[in-house]
Amino acid sequence: MSRLLERLLGRLPIGWLQLIHQRGRFAAALSGVAFANVLVFVQLGLMNSMGTSTLRPYEFFQADIVISAADANTLVEGGNVARQWMLQALADPDVVGGMGLLVANVPWDRGETDISLTTFGIDPFRPQFLAPEITADIDVLQVQGAAIIDRMARGLPQEEAAAIRRQTPMAFETQGGTLTAYATFAGGGGFGGDGYLLVSDQTFLSLFPARSSGAPDHILLRLRSGADPNAVAARLRELIADPTLRIRSYADAMAQELRFQQTQRPTGVIFGFGVLIGVLVGIVIVYQVLSADVADHMREYATFKAMGYGQGFFLGVVVEEAVILGVFGFVPGVIAGWGILTLMAMVTTLPLYISFGMALTVFVGTVFFSALSGMIATRKLAAADPADLF
Amino acid sequence: MAERDASIQATALNHWFGTGEARKQALFDIDLRVARGSFTVLVGASGSGKTTLLTLLGCLREIQDGSVILLGQELRHATKAQNVRLRRRLGFIFQAHNLHESLTAQQNVLMGLQVKGHIDKAASDRAAAHVLGLLGLADRLDYLPANLSGGQKQRVAIGRALVGNPDVVLADEPTAALDWDTAANVVDLLKRLGQTRGTTTMMVTHDNRILDRADRILTLEDGRLIGDEDRRA
Repeated sequence: MSRLLERLLGRLPIGWLQLIHQRGRFAAALSGVAFANVLVFVQLGLMNSMGTSTLRPYEFFQADIVISAADANTLVEGGNVARQWMLQALADPDVVGGMGLLVANVPWDRGETDISLTTFGIDPFRPQFLAPEITADIDVLQVQGAAIIDRMARGLPQEEAAAIRRQTPMAFETQGGTLTAYATFAGGGGFGGDGYLLVSDQTFLSLFPARSSGAPDHILLRLRSGADPNAVAARLRELIADPTLRIRSYADAMAQELRFQQTQRPTGVIFGFGVLIGVLVGIVIVYQVLSADVADHMREYATFKAMGYGQGFFLGVVVEEAVILGVFGFVPGVIAGWGILTLMAMVTTLPLYISFGMALTVFVGTVFFSALSGMIATRKLAAADPADLF
Repeated sequence: MAERDASIQATALNHWFGTGEARKQALFDIDLRVARGSFTVLVGASGSGKTTLLTLLGCLREIQDGSVILLGQELRHATKAQNVRLRRRLGFIFQAHNLHESLTAQQNVLMGLQVKGHIDKAASDRAAAHVLGLLGLADRLDYLPANLSGGQKQRVAIGRALVGNPDVVLADEPTAALDWDTAANVVDLLKRLGQTRGTTTMMVTHDNRILDRADRILTLEDGRLIGDEDRRA
């Protein structure tokens, strides 16, 4: 390692030699950096999971534009939208189809645990609005009381979900009625619900008699091939000009909900702060280690100053130490972070994992912030006065 | 002495410490010319200003009043960068060895070479080993300072100062931790460097045996240069 660093740096790897000279302190510093990494990974994993689970229901549908109530910050929240706007939107030459989307949470009493399924009421005769996986089974929804259930729903055992077929459906009581699941699709639990359920609009209305097909939660629109969703959305906003509505491209709706969840929801803000705290903990740990190291070697550094070494040399030594701490601390950090997130994913069924991009970001961030801490620590070197050596 | 032959030239050099009423003058009107290649010993009681003079000549302190020309360069008003560059042409030997605890004897000596820029590793390793060999430490190259005696550490520090072939060596009691044979060896080495390479040495010492080998003895008292004995004549 020393030889490799000497080749890389073109000088003696003093930072590395200093670190390994005091192995106890080195190990403690690496543990500290690894701990900060674990904090960041867990918080980023949760934040990422929130993003994934937030956007997951959007993936069940295929649409170009969505019309929602102005207060609908998410797909499962907000007021209703009059279906008349769908008819109005269809007047635009680029709009080729529309579908009302009904949304509500359905509680499911499963004995020891009650789970909540986010339920979408859809028109079973408009498969073009659904993801291909769901389209394959959409015909079952034409039967009143039929459902397609999320096989990854929290609280639904895998073997039980795997047994659901058209020939072996699963019936369950909810909302004072009976639903029968004939097929499954991949959804997954999120932060707001335990899973998803798809039913026809008619079945939905039988579960929720107070709701009306004339006032869905959202209106999904499909455009002719090649049409620009943003341009059409802008035209529709002019055409409809109702301040109680939000008319956005489907992609914008997804992006805005993600931003809302991450910056407006307490959970998103908490996870964001968690990442910040992890970074700060890392900076403080690396700074403490390096500044103690600089203080311990003040006479040696003053000697080097007297010999003619400049500030760049000292900066290089301290940054060398910082980068070593960052790189070596990252390895146990990513392993421990991966282990913790895997365990949490098993317990919560949330999509918790470390993606390559996340690992790369944390690695670069770790090295960057370690180097930054090192640079701050070199300020102490101003106190190393070579004249005091005589 | 011709100007070009002087490695160090101080004129009307004064220096103070502190400010206001606490201001105390440490050096008074020092005029000094030190010939290239000479071995000069600086003596005087504690607090006489020897160390202050050494730090001023070594561009470790700012010149407040008067002039110091070191290796042809005026130090008064010199920038930090100029001072740093000039210090690379000097060799410092401190009373305390100040070796880097994480570096071996050879690596500590290499630090004296590395400051001069990139030098072939094999060549610099050989140079460091050679200097340590001259100082009787050929079998201690890979020893960390913690595993060396006080005298051995001091010899490593001397090697670090000399390995880069400095033009001027400034030393403060460098032989205090050495037995006489080793100290004599070090003094001989410094004198030999003066004769062969023109290395100028200015050494603070209280060791009378070294005084006997000095080319010139300067005596300081209360910040004033009161004695200047040229022994080469």
